[in-house]
Amino acid sequence: MAEYLVENGSSVRPERPLEPESLLEPESLLEPQGRLERLRWALRSWQLSAAMWTRAAMAYRTSFVLMLGANIMITSLDFVVVILMFQHTDRLGGWTLPELGLLYGTSAFALGMADLLVGSVDALGERIRAGTLDVMLIRPAPALSQVCAERFTLRRLGRPAQATVVLLWSVSALRVDWSWDKVLLLAALLVSGTVIFGALFVGGATLQFWWGEAKELQNSFTYGGATLLHYPPTVFAKELVAGVTFGVPLAFVNWLPLLHILGKPDPLGLPAAFQFASPLAAALSVLVAALAWRAGLRAYRGAGN
Amino acid sequence: MGSSARLYLAIARGSFRRYSTYRAATLAGVFTNTVFGFILAYTFLALWRARPGLGGYDTSQAVTYIWVSQSLLITVAVWGGGFQDDVQERFRTGDIAVDLYRPVDFLGWWLAADLGRAGFQLLARGLAPITAGAIAFHARMPHSPLTWPVFLLSVLLAVLVSFGLRYLVSLSGFWLHDSDGVRAVMLVVAMFFSGMLLPLGLFPDGLRQAAQVLPWAALIQVPTDIFLERSTGSALLAGLGFQLAWAVVLLALGRAAQLLATRKVVVQGG
Amino acid sequence: MALIELEDVARTFTIRAKVGRLRRERREVRAVDGLSFTVEAGECVGYIGPNGAGKSTTIKMLTGILVPSAGRLRVAGVDPARERTRLARRIGVVFGQRTTLWWDLPLRDSYDLARRIYRIPDARYRANLDRCVELLELGPLLDTPVRQLSLGQRMRGDLAAALLHDPQVLYLDEPTIGLDVVSKVRVREFLREINTVAGTTVLLTTHDLTDIEQLCGRVMVIDHGRMVYDGGLDGLHATGRSERTLVVDLAGPSAPIEVPGARVVKVDGARQWLAFPAEDSAAPIVAAVAAGYPLLDLSVREPAIEDVIARMYAKVPIG
Repeated sequence: MAEYLVENGSSVRPERPLEPESLLEPESLLEPQGRLERLRWALRSWQLSAAMWTRAAMAYRTSFVLMLGANIMITSLDFVVVILMFQHTDRLGGWTLPELGLLYGTSAFALGMADLLVGSVDALGERIRAGTLDVMLIRPAPALSQVCAERFTLRRLGRPAQATVVLLWSVSALRVDWSWDKVLLLAALLVSGTVIFGALFVGGATLQFWWGEAKELQNSFTYGGATLLHYPPTVFAKELVAGVTFGVPLAFVNWLPLLHILGKPDPLGLPAAFQFASPLAAALSVLVAALAWRAGLRAYRGAGN
Repeated sequence: MGSSARLYLAIARGSFRRYSTYRAATLAGVFTNTVFGFILAYTFLALWRARPGLGGYDTSQAVTYIWVSQSLLITVAVWGGGFQDDVQERFRTGDIAVDLYRPVDFLGWWLAADLGRAGFQLLARGLAPITAGAIAFHARMPHSPLTWPVFLLSVLLAVLVSFGLRYLVSLSGFWLHDSDGVRAVMLVVAMFFSGMLLPLGLFPDGLRQAAQVLPWAALIQVPTDIFLERSTGSALLAGLGFQLAWAVVLLALGRAAQLLATRKVVVQGG
Repeated sequence: MALIELEDVARTFTIRAKVGRLRRERREVRAVDGLSFTVEAGECVGYIGPNGAGKSTTIKMLTGILVPSAGRLRVAGVDPARERTRLARRIGVVFGQRTTLWWDLPLRDSYDLARRIYRIPDARYRANLDRCVELLELGPLLDTPVRQLSLGQRMRGDLAAALLHDPQVLYLDEPTIGLDVVSKVRVREFLREINTVAGTTVLLTTHDLTDIEQLCGRVMVIDHGRMVYDGGLDGLHATGRSERTLVVDLAGPSAPIEVPGARVVKVDGARQWLAFPAEDSAAPIVAAVAAGYPLLDLSVREPAIEDVIARMYAKVPIG
């Protein structure tokens, strides 16, 4: 048997050996040049990898449906609690149930979208231990894109879908005069909020470059942060509110812009400009997270020490 | 008998030690439980400011409710996990069929391991949140020193009930292609009906009465009420009896399911 | 043209070890310690050494995963530390114990992703895929989910995946580990093919001496992060003074066999083990044993690479 294979294997010869250089496109076409081109390539690599994971998940279709349902139920629990609380009161921290619905809807939507797009990064420690990160580093695509897309699953659409339902209900139940600036602000906060939570996922995960088992730590900022934002700022101590305004920029996800939309006074008495600063806070978060990721990857590869 | 008791003790001790090696993970978890404690305690403060004495809890009891439940969350495994992950791995590798025929009892083995885990997590993940609550929110510590041992007994019973529930979920893997879905649904049910999110007394009529007789109440609601010294005298005994009854029923069901599973493995030849 | 060049490359790791109950001490470990070598285009080199010798650290530096702490490193004209993704297009990597294929998807899908990630031009992709499918007999497997493939089939699948983008260098980490004899033969045949016909430079780590005997004209041995041998396989045996073992089964228990040119190293009932220099012929020893003892059966065992190396370490390092 073995001899047969040896015979057979060596008898097969390509008619024309491939010449590596002649057929290859100039490398300048392959290697993305410039900042914009590199960013586009990073997004494209994420998309390629995510598409593969989506198709892989389709191999387990029944489990997918069941898990999507469970996911929606799990993420609904937080709002069920809010509803139960309002069985006993009609105001919490001076805010009504539809107002809390707006808080909940925006916060859960932003967290859910961020989790869908980059949430897988929180398993970085496991990827390092299993050697998956090394495999990603030998591909010509950004490691961050690959880590974020690893195990991508549409099942995570459960949270944003359920948040959208709550959001639509609250918008219809609220008596807000939806002028164009408020509509624009709501759209901007949903995008900025997603970006801020995404930056928290990535920034928090970089801690695992140094502290491999610390996966749960970042839950404090992402899931804990989202829980915080389900409730009005008036419920919390001023120090805490200041901490999530000037430290971890959670307040920009929904608290500050919603103060303007709902016409509420700011418990910290900050200038009104803060209520429109979410995109700026999101940009800053991305910058910090990107620097943290770069520092983490450098430390992992052992560069610069 | 003496030797098998020693064996189970060794299993429990080994499990305790295994969990104690995940030091960074434990610290990260403690931090997260404490952060959630802070956030939820403020929301309870706001609710009880609007409705003082709601559900029979004074404000200090309400805040303490949050801290006790955060301290117990991992110990009584409301989220599931612990031995479940190990059993799932044995299903994946196919070793599970062999496990049923080991000289060590399958249920006994995992129960001992889970008690070891719970012991470690009560110390490592329970003390810090309750201490943080005591310092930052003046959480209400038991007034009578006798409450402490009774509370610990109630936590032990809670772990037994939790084990019984998770054991049934794990064994469902013998009949279901994939127990992930069951686990996810159980998580929702456990979070809600244990009183982890809101004391069961605040549930609307109907739902409240149902929640109070379901086994999940034994996980968080009963031990926390004992800690808060809301259950005293006959109510205290009723609470412990409730936990004990569910523990017995669930472990008996687990034993029966194990027999069925063994028979199924025999019929299918492993 | 030198495709791989290392000049005095070192890599240190900081390890925090527990000292006593609570105190932790920072300690520097040199995984690779002043390594220099070059590999010319078209060579096939075996890279061996005991576990923890610095093999995988070297490979990680050559692939751009790790950055060296000191020294100069160039692969295919690129500095791996600075231009990791550019390097990625010029190298192929296969890990024997870890697949880079998509577990739940047909083999074909993994190749299609490689086409997109490496941006392989269509014509070239098709030519390379056809060739790999033919040589590795992957045709019937292309539409099979990877999880249903045997270990040997998966390894062949991994080899194809690593070669679709025409890498100039192919790194292989234990490519035959765990494979059955037939699969091993097939993998080696393929590697010889791409090395000699396509001219791809190959660097492989292995514990299987046969891999090296059949593929590599050159062996590098590393220990404690330093090169202890660099040269042909014959020289390795001479340097290591390696020995082959003759296992003989006699009709019954006997005193240790005494024949010229071999010595008994172990006796177990009727079975005895005789060691003799690897470069000597076994024939005269077998003849001597058969003449003087009631011989029933015998077999010759080749020296295990570990033994050769272990004996080499007893000597003064060369590098």
